[in-house]
Amino acid sequence: MQTIQTAVQVRQAVLNIIEDIALDEDLTNIKDDLALRDQLDLDSMDFLDIVMELKKRHKIEVPQNDYPQLASLQSCVDYLMPKFQ
Amino acid sequence: MQTKQRVVITGVGLTAPNGNNLSEFRAALLNGVSGISHTEIRHMGKVAAGLSDFDETKYQSKKMRRRGTRAGSIAIYCANEAVLDAAINFSEIDRSRVGVYLGITEHGNVETENEIHELYTSHKLDVSLWSHHHNPRTVANNPAGEVTLNMQITGPHYTIGAACAAGNMGLIQGLQMLTLGEVDLALVGGVSESAQTFGIFAAFASQGALGSHEDASQATRPLDKNRNGIVVSEGGAIYTLERLEDAQKRGAKIYAEIVGYHCNSDSTDFVLPNTERQIECMQAALKKAEITAEQIDIVNLHATGTIMGDIQECEAVSAVFGYSEKTFINSTKGFIGHAMGAAGALELAGNLGSFSDHLIHASQGITEVDVKCDLKNLVKEGPIRGEINYILNNSFGMLGINSAVIVKKMPDSNRDSNRDNNRDNPKNHETNRKEN
Repeated sequence: MQTIQTAVQVRQAVLNIIEDIALDEDLTNIKDDLALRDQLDLDSMDFLDIVMELKKRHKIEVPQNDYPQLASLQSCVDYLMPKFQ
Repeated sequence: MQTKQRVVITGVGLTAPNGNNLSEFRAALLNGVSGISHTEIRHMGKVAAGLSDFDETKYQSKKMRRRGTRAGSIAIYCANEAVLDAAINFSEIDRSRVGVYLGITEHGNVETENEIHELYTSHKLDVSLWSHHHNPRTVANNPAGEVTLNMQITGPHYTIGAACAAGNMGLIQGLQMLTLGEVDLALVGGVSESAQTFGIFAAFASQGALGSHEDASQATRPLDKNRNGIVVSEGGAIYTLERLEDAQKRGAKIYAEIVGYHCNSDSTDFVLPNTERQIECMQAALKKAEITAEQIDIVNLHATGTIMGDIQECEAVSAVFGYSEKTFINSTKGFIGHAMGAAGALELAGNLGSFSDHLIHASQGITEVDVKCDLKNLVKEGPIRGEINYILNNSFGMLGINSAVIVKKMPDSNRDSNRDNNRDNPKNHETNRKEN
């Protein structure tokens, strides 16, 4: 498994997951500081998918109370960076 | 028939291993085109199976396909195709008055097998990685529920678990709900994703009932002396059913009227059929239709290609129709295998064309007929020509469930309205296409 350490790498890891979940969406112009839900057609099941894939692919646990931390790409990176290291 | 309301078929959507709409399917049956091929099934290796190749994303987004099930995807495709075929403007009807009643042989095995496979091979028995999609995928109402989500239907939906009689049972349930006035439009029929699970193949193999042949198209040969079993298939057929007066009011083309049906139970064995109960089932359907056996022009057999199943059904059909000079007998599974919960609905669809093209498709794969299955007027080669007014469709299943449905040709004035224009009307395509 490729080591993920930098913010750019974390961002890409999250994007890779979203790409496999939001299969019909174009992610090229996604804004990091805006809520994912405001830019993509994502519902609660999709966020559960993101949480599950973080666990499967990167062995990162996201407790339910922390789900709001996954609201935007930037908040994902901020929250997940320490967990990747 | 002891109902005040007459119920008719006004649209058909289907996917079979040899066709993705009614005209393709009919052409394949008339031209002897097999839909059976060899494929790799987990733990089983190479087996003969009937697989459908419809476009899963024609009416469903990729995301929803990933979230749902193969059976749900089959149901969504067939339901949208049926509504389109019926030329129903779905955006203008009251969707709380639409019911979805789909027959299934089983549901959830595919998803459960996949999860367990992952659990043991990739997840090292860590059940915290078990998918949260497991429950909505495996609940028994899943295929019908996915249709309501996709088409924004707010009327009732459920599946009817009726083993391999399920396709017919979907039609019967829809007819009953229409005659009761519970709904104004019923999307009915059956679906099956069984060909995606190894368990059903393995179980038939253990039972000595899994058909095989070097040439996949010969792997299941109902009624043939050298038949050796069932080929498992997937597919679906969904009809739009309406009350006759409603269909006539909107000028719908009418494929057929459902004039008789019956369902009963053997109460004798888990897997072996019961000839006497099958006879009673067909006779009760004839009684409801208020016709005699001689008036039936086609009997479509359940005929799965097992030794005893075929013989016992032929004994039953012979007892009911043996004296009838004009009743022709055919079967469909030699072409497409056994589509389980979809079988009854698909096989009826395969014969509906007889009302307009005046042809009776043959039974694929009979090289030398089993003497115990050599029914009078069995269509071994074909197609043959005939004037068809009534069709009886048999579908039987494990645990001893029998079903028979009788459909009647409608006068030409009801069958020849603007049907052919409807499929090509862009407005209708747009109305029914969903991207959820």
